[in-house]
Amino acid sequence: MNEIAKPSAPGGGDPSGLGPEVRQSFVERYAIAQRTEGILAPVLTTVLAFFVGGLVVLVTTGKNPLTTYRAIFEGAGWSWFFEIGNHRIGLPWSDASVWFPWNVNDVESLAAVNFQQTLIATTTLILTGLAVAFAFRCGMFNIGGQGQYFSGAIFAVWIGSSFEGMNPLLHILLAVVVAALAGAALAGIAGLLKATVGAHEVITTIMLNWIVIWTGSFLFSVGGPLQNDTQESVPFSNDVVEGAKLPILWGDPLLQGLHIGLFVAVGALVTYWVLLNRTTLGYGVKAVGFNPDAARYGGINVARNYFLAMAISGTFAGLAGAIDILGWQFRLSTGDMLNSQVGFIGIAVALLGRNTAVGVFFSALLFGSLVTGTSTRNLDPEIFQPELASNLTLLIQGLVVLFVGADIVILWLLRRARRGVLA
Amino acid sequence: MTSLALPIAARIPSGLRRVAWAGIVIGLVAAWLALPPLTIRSFVPSLVLALIAVTLGAGVAMRGERRFGGFAIAAGVFGFTLAYLATQSSLGKLESVVVWSALFAATLRYATPLVFAALGGMFSERSGVVNIGLEGMMLMGAFFGILGADKLDSWWLGLIVAIVAGGVAALVHAFFSIHLSADQIVSGTAINFLAVGLTGYLFIDIYGTEGTPTDVQGIPNVNLGFLDGVSFIGPIFGQLNLMIWIAIVLVPLTWVVMFKTPIGLRIRSCGEHPRAADTVGINVYLVRYGAVVTSGMLAAAGGAYLSIGFINSFNENMTAGRGFIALAALIFGNWRPYGLAAACLLFGFSSALAQRLPEYSQSASVLFQALPYVLTLIAVAGVIGRSIPPAAVGRPYRKQ
Repeated sequence: MNEIAKPSAPGGGDPSGLGPEVRQSFVERYAIAQRTEGILAPVLTTVLAFFVGGLVVLVTTGKNPLTTYRAIFEGAGWSWFFEIGNHRIGLPWSDASVWFPWNVNDVESLAAVNFQQTLIATTTLILTGLAVAFAFRCGMFNIGGQGQYFSGAIFAVWIGSSFEGMNPLLHILLAVVVAALAGAALAGIAGLLKATVGAHEVITTIMLNWIVIWTGSFLFSVGGPLQNDTQESVPFSNDVVEGAKLPILWGDPLLQGLHIGLFVAVGALVTYWVLLNRTTLGYGVKAVGFNPDAARYGGINVARNYFLAMAISGTFAGLAGAIDILGWQFRLSTGDMLNSQVGFIGIAVALLGRNTAVGVFFSALLFGSLVTGTSTRNLDPEIFQPELASNLTLLIQGLVVLFVGADIVILWLLRRARRGVLA
Repeated sequence: MTSLALPIAARIPSGLRRVAWAGIVIGLVAAWLALPPLTIRSFVPSLVLALIAVTLGAGVAMRGERRFGGFAIAAGVFGFTLAYLATQSSLGKLESVVVWSALFAATLRYATPLVFAALGGMFSERSGVVNIGLEGMMLMGAFFGILGADKLDSWWLGLIVAIVAGGVAALVHAFFSIHLSADQIVSGTAINFLAVGLTGYLFIDIYGTEGTPTDVQGIPNVNLGFLDGVSFIGPIFGQLNLMIWIAIVLVPLTWVVMFKTPIGLRIRSCGEHPRAADTVGINVYLVRYGAVVTSGMLAAAGGAYLSIGFINSFNENMTAGRGFIALAALIFGNWRPYGLAAACLLFGFSSALAQRLPEYSQSASVLFQALPYVLTLIAVAGVIGRSIPPAAVGRPYRKQ
């Protein structure tokens, strides 16, 4: 498939006016590229965004952008894959170990630690990305990922920090399920309003975001109902009890090792794909997304699908909140409420991933690496100031979202070109 | 003409609105009775007045004027709640929290940035382009305002730099959403991300971790000396920032532009039915470009007020959702200048009150910040009469 798609890259610079045959073949080639899940456009979008970001680095600091990007790459732990050697990896549920090309011992390898952080960030972004992507498939723009994420996180931290001594498995399940339901309920409000009175989901989800952000700030602020029991002057919650913490899969639990939430995220990706492509619900959701009027004419209950699509979206985001809290954050502060960008990055993840399961996975990996690679903890301050770099991430993210808009333009221009050819 | 206008007039008699307004005023009086300077220590009179307000509101709502009837009911409920809480509180605390002149002055200060951004949003959305990017454009104004004022050593040059920066951000939004017919919400979201990234980046790059210098020339206050001795009015209007006065003038001015001039008619027609506007020779693209860029410049002026008019410093992401409150005010005010100004004042008042509430409870004052969003959610949900956006808002227009 890729072999067919590739030749269209130089075709993008096809000079116009060479006659209809040439243009038509370009159109056809681009159409094939689109059918191969449109790998080309997202890749070009990313490259362009990194290029502009690099220009900003060059102009403002005079540093070589490539050196900076390399430092981010290393900060994200991708250099781990290049440290091939003679290592051993333990087999699960036994003391045996086998040969493995990469060093999984994070005491010996800094890259391994960094890569764990990248995977933790990716886990969250996959879920918040799916939260945006699922609603998109139903023709809705869920900007409320941030609020849904936090409503999940708030419930997770509340349940996770109470009921000490409960069975760990039950405790985690309870916290995760309630958090997912909280996310679903919040998004469901927006879906319900869209379905019943036609209120635009963008407006309602923005309002719900800020309602949750300020409610959370209220809950954890000094004197608030969920504020820390032992330290009265700090604006954060109680810590999640040991039993409710997610088991660590790889790395040191004290140094934020990779937790099993990654499996939840991968499971969510599979669920997303199955829901959309192998169930009646998914058929209905996609039909409404393509054309609500046609779907209604075809006997699909549009209002029900709006509500369900939003609720499912919210479930993904609520899950993300629970997994972050139980996996590595263990507490929430009022500062998190205002500073976190996780839900918003989900928008970029979904847009760049073209709302497909595979696409969301790869773009979550990209943004997870960027977020981790530019964090104060991971980026080498000798090469580039981390405070600057984290803003560079936001900048690149904005450019990606902006250029995804331009991607639609390319398609539109092509459609026009095709019309011109046929006429 | 009359045959068309008559049934509409018959459906919404203006008398009903007057009754609703009476209900709103009575509801507010109900709250006022229990507050300084009267501070009646019993909630019974307030309850009676609040019930009258609710009855009037319900009567009006049942006769078809749901929106204003809803406002009257809300005023009654709000008035009684406030009065009841006030009677439960100690007199000393009440008198230290409710200082009307200070509250009103703070209301104006908090409402001003919202008014600028919301008026900007009105231009854009009335012309048919959704502007989710108001928050980002405000942030651009806030940063470039203080940057300009610092480097060029003059507040008005700073203000101009801010307005230009906001205009450029809006131009990007306009280019993507009008010319390239990209999704307007995607493009607005991108503007928000870009603004946070760009201002945060430049802020760290230029000012580092120490923050903006403290000696930046700010937008001056207008000193009305003759008001010094006047009670109540003096403390409110005597020392207002120039930007507040500009905002006060801008509201009626925008109303005139939008509803009484050919330019306004063109903007509105592009937002309601661009094809029809195009047919009669209006350049839809040009009008939309103009409206979006205007919206960015206004929002940036509001942002500049935040940084060089209000607190004279900048920190990362300092708008903290004010652009979205402005968007809320725009919707709450039904895309009309006076309506959105009233909404901004309401939201500003809630911020002013929140600022004084820590006297009672630190955390409850934080919760108060969610109020604008809750009210707007109720407004779009149609519980108290629907907010109706311009018909063609959000739809890219393609010439045929």
